[in-house]
Amino acid sequence: MQDILFYLFAALTLLCGFLVVANPFSRNPVTSAMFLVLTIVSMAGLFVLLHAFFLAAVQILVYAGAVMVLFLFVIMLLDLKEEQRRRYKLYGAVLGLASVAGLGWLLVKTLWQSGVGAGLQPGYVGDTKSLGMALFSRGEFLLPFEIVSLLLLVAMVGVILLSKKDLK
Amino acid sequence: MSAEAIDQIFITLKHAILGWLAPYLPDWLMPIVSAVLSITPILMVFPLVFALTTVVERKVLGRIQNRPGPNRVGIPLTNIRLAGFGQFIADGIKALIKEDVVPRNADKVVHFLAPIALVIPVLLAYSVLPIGKNMTALDLDSGVLFFFAVGSATELSVFMAGWSSRNKYALLGAMRAIAQMVSYELPLVLSTVGVIMMTGTLSTAKIVDAQAGGFWHWHAATPWGFAAFFLFLIAATAEANRTPFDLPEAESEIIAGYFTEYSGFKFALFFLGEYLGLFAMSGLGITLFLGGWHAPLPALEVVPSWIWFFLKLGVFILFFIWLRGTFPRLRMDQLMNLAWKFMVPLTLITIVAAGVWRFMDPGATRCLTVTAMIVVPYLLLSNALYTARGVGKRTYRYAE
Repeated sequence: MQDILFYLFAALTLLCGFLVVANPFSRNPVTSAMFLVLTIVSMAGLFVLLHAFFLAAVQILVYAGAVMVLFLFVIMLLDLKEEQRRRYKLYGAVLGLASVAGLGWLLVKTLWQSGVGAGLQPGYVGDTKSLGMALFSRGEFLLPFEIVSLLLLVAMVGVILLSKKDLK
Repeated sequence: MSAEAIDQIFITLKHAILGWLAPYLPDWLMPIVSAVLSITPILMVFPLVFALTTVVERKVLGRIQNRPGPNRVGIPLTNIRLAGFGQFIADGIKALIKEDVVPRNADKVVHFLAPIALVIPVLLAYSVLPIGKNMTALDLDSGVLFFFAVGSATELSVFMAGWSSRNKYALLGAMRAIAQMVSYELPLVLSTVGVIMMTGTLSTAKIVDAQAGGFWHWHAATPWGFAAFFLFLIAATAEANRTPFDLPEAESEIIAGYFTEYSGFKFALFFLGEYLGLFAMSGLGITLFLGGWHAPLPALEVVPSWIWFFLKLGVFILFFIWLRGTFPRLRMDQLMNLAWKFMVPLTLITIVAAGVWRFMDPGATRCLTVTAMIVVPYLLLSNALYTARGVGKRTYRYAE
């Protein structure tokens, strides 16, 4: 049962991810964005299969909910016609292939080093409490976590500053 | 039968059915059968509550406006009238047999999927609600977060409906709805943080357990909980697009907002999804702040727990109808100012107040400190909101 679900979600993730970037039926950015939502949701399914319920819920809440809605908002305000007319460019294809190859090589290397078939030992159980403990204990992820929060705050203040028309 | 047995009758029934089926079914099918047995009552009861609410709402609104409301339709093809409570059957039949009009230019697939994408996440949200003692369909470790995660998916459905219709009113409605939902999701989630901090868990069942033993143990009975509960209520009203926050479907301005181009059963699905979302949100409010399925007094625990849940839900529904009959609609800038300049700061303050409540000794000092911590910012913020540009008294400009 678990295996079937894993293959189902994995196939769905890959298929929808492919359709985001190269949909043969429609070059509409909104369609791509919808498929990105499906990709995110099926990835959340994979997290659930790994018993990381918190991560799955956050994945849907943040990515499928907040981020995608903002994406769609921006797409809605853009000129869609021009995007549909644009053709593939050679240097874009080369750069894209190069980055995919680089990431793929990294992935294979990581898998190779961890020993294929042995599987990784889970460092943390996926429940909320242990995640909170990991994020908020000194010596673990407390400092990176606080730095990231500060970074987000700076970004937020910056956006408000930029979008304000008349500064007093 | 004892009170305990009546309280647990549905669980006993489910186990009896499972035990009866066990010899006939293969092992791998049993978890699925068990899940179906948990899901089916939810799928039957809450749409029925929705059906009754449509009639009750029209009747109560009628009373508020000094008219009788629907009082004719009973059971079809008979003379039984039921004081108009057959209205929803007639409405359902009408929705089913109406023509389903799809605009020629519409994106057919997305247009078709939008109502489905609204109803499914809303129904998923019910899986974590504790409807009674031992009656949580899915007791997740991160239940509250799951609730908000599936709730945020409704924004996507609104966008799909508004964008795929190729109608300017639908698009305007969708833009309004998304701006409103994104803004009010923040105070909605933040107002629940205090409760999660105090109980130390995200599991809805454990949050209900923490409020056992009478209404003075409920979170709404503490100063910070009371403030958070009201902020939650306002944000929930906005999230469900109910009056006074019904700008996305303001019929006097933009026809029906994002579902302008929907007719027949798809329209009914939007209607259903909106009300089910409201009930789910009320259910979460009951769970977090009003003791869930617990009775208000320990002596009243003899009444089954699920009856208490539905009684509280009924009070919530009547409250929302009352709001709808009473308040005028907000203006867009008032809506945004209320969310960002009033509710977000105040919810953040209630979180701090909850922390202070946790670490002070019980007594009158604690009560006064925490109350002051909330009342003073409330007065300052509401005063600032009222005197701010464009929020206070309306000014009119005329053409020269």
